[in-house]
Amino acid sequence: MLRVTGLNTYYGTGHILQGVDLEIEKGQIAAVLGRNGVGKTTTVRSIMGLVPPRSGEVWLGDTNMAGWAPYRVARAGVAYVPEGRMIFPDLTVIDNLRVAERRPAKIWPMERLLELFPALADRRTHKGSQLSGGEQQMLAVARALITDPTVMLFDEPSQGLAPLVVRELVGVIHRLRDEGVTVLLVEQNLKLAEAVGDIVYVMVKGRMMYRAPIAQFQLEREAVKSKYLAL
Amino acid sequence: MDFLGFLITQCLNALSQASVLLFLACGLTLIFGIMRIINFAHGAIFMLGAYVGHTIVVLTGQFWLALIAAPLVVAGIGALFEMFLLSRLYARRDGGAYLMITFGLAIVLSEAVRLIWGAQPKGIDLPEVLTGVVFLLDQPFPIYRLFLIGLGVSASIALWQFLERTRTGLLIRAVSQNPEMVHALGTDIRIVRTGVFALGCGLAAFGGILATPLFGAYLAMGNNVVVDAFVIVIIGGMGSFLGSVIGSIMVGFVQVFGAYYFPSMALSLLYLLMLTVLIVRPGGLLGKEE
Ligand SMILES: Nc1ncnc2c1ncn2[C@@H]1O[C@H](COP(=O)(O)OP(=O)(O)OP(=O)(O)O)[C@@H](O)[C@H]1O
Ligand SMILES: [Mg+2]
Repeated sequence: MLRVTGLNTYYGTGHILQGVDLEIEKGQIAAVLGRNGVGKTTTVRSIMGLVPPRSGEVWLGDTNMAGWAPYRVARAGVAYVPEGRMIFPDLTVIDNLRVAERRPAKIWPMERLLELFPALADRRTHKGSQLSGGEQQMLAVARALITDPTVMLFDEPSQGLAPLVVRELVGVIHRLRDEGVTVLLVEQNLKLAEAVGDIVYVMVKGRMMYRAPIAQFQLEREAVKSKYLAL
Repeated sequence: MDFLGFLITQCLNALSQASVLLFLACGLTLIFGIMRIINFAHGAIFMLGAYVGHTIVVLTGQFWLALIAAPLVVAGIGALFEMFLLSRLYARRDGGAYLMITFGLAIVLSEAVRLIWGAQPKGIDLPEVLTGVVFLLDQPFPIYRLFLIGLGVSASIALWQFLERTRTGLLIRAVSQNPEMVHALGTDIRIVRTGVFALGCGLAAFGGILATPLFGAYLAMGNNVVVDAFVIVIIGGMGSFLGSVIGSIMVGFVQVFGAYYFPSMALSLLYLLMLTVLIVRPGGLLGKEE
């Protein structure tokens, strides 16, 4: 469903992504692990078109989206839940959702999302800046879903969330899988990654150095941790 | 002298002054809110609106047509400028580059106006319904200034409703808070930026035509009034639409009453007002501190 090959991205002269390869089947959840600063966010932003890659391909089904402007990538069915959530602070919960609702959603209409996230329904007229971190995260997920995506990119959704809220997030991501949404999940929280991931990638210095189905990863976990993830 | 009548006409004068300033300031604040650009060409665009309006009136004899067509023409010029020049600079995130290019536009427009229309001031003849005076408590008051107040009030309400109630308005507010996120949610923000820049230019041009029957169209008209517009935008809070409406009214009152009671220091009063507001609220009345 989503296939990235040989992605190279620069910030100025900094060669950040050095040939990233990635493949996720339809309805699969891929967890991307990696230490701080290895280029996880840059990978997601390159797929989204927010940082244009200098070379490489980003295949969604049989279209290569590399070089597309972000709005085209979004319209092709890719939704983005960014690091730091990026809620519109002065818009209400409902208006935050409306920005993303370019046409009435078929699979995830507003009413369904408010049912799925009762906390948002209770605070529908509150401004984005008045929400708690967990509520903002749920809003960021809901805002992505209202575009009826086929692929969702999550960038460290568990950051700064209480364990209870992380558990809620796990439930939400399972719901996405049930609906056949393909998920790329960047996470530092190993528990969350293991709870939802079908395949695990580990990124080191701008490349994917490890790829394994979750069952295999669980057998090799300690070795992978000390080799790629330890500080 | 009838003091109440005097007071009423002075207040109405202040409001009509505020109306003209409002169109200039709202355009400036909208453009700043979306693009974080201070448009130094705004005064020149105001002037261009006045001259284009003058020509349309001369050619067709239709004041009402000029009132609609001239802002559209100037908005079109603004859109082209944004699409072909300004937009090339966004990736640089360099305030200095914006300053140079908008300042450059100001110079080019001023010289173009001088070449096309000459250095002689031009006027605009009003249609009959807008000429003459009405008597308010025995004080004569120009009908045209009442017309300006009406326009100022209706335009403020219309723009406010546009920003608050329509989908386009929602997208404009969202872009002013986080353009990248709006883009990643499927809206082409390049169109939003071009549209808002054009809207801001159109509003300034509208103000320019409206000012012409009062003061004429002349080469320095933009420079004289754009300073007021900057003061308004700072008082109201950079990027805040309602702040600019309130700021326009405050500046209108300070100018009209200042010119009457303290004619020698009318300009200093303006800065005094700005200073007071900034001491109480450093980000402006409805702005955010950054
Ligand atoms: N806007 C930028 N300009 C220049 N360099 C940048 C920029 N953003 C990120 N970098 C650099 O690119 C590298 C990769 O950053 P990236 O944000 O992709 O890492 P990450 O894996 O998401 O890290 P984290 O776990 O901290 O979120 C880092 O070395 C960072 O310093
Ligand atoms: Mg990151």
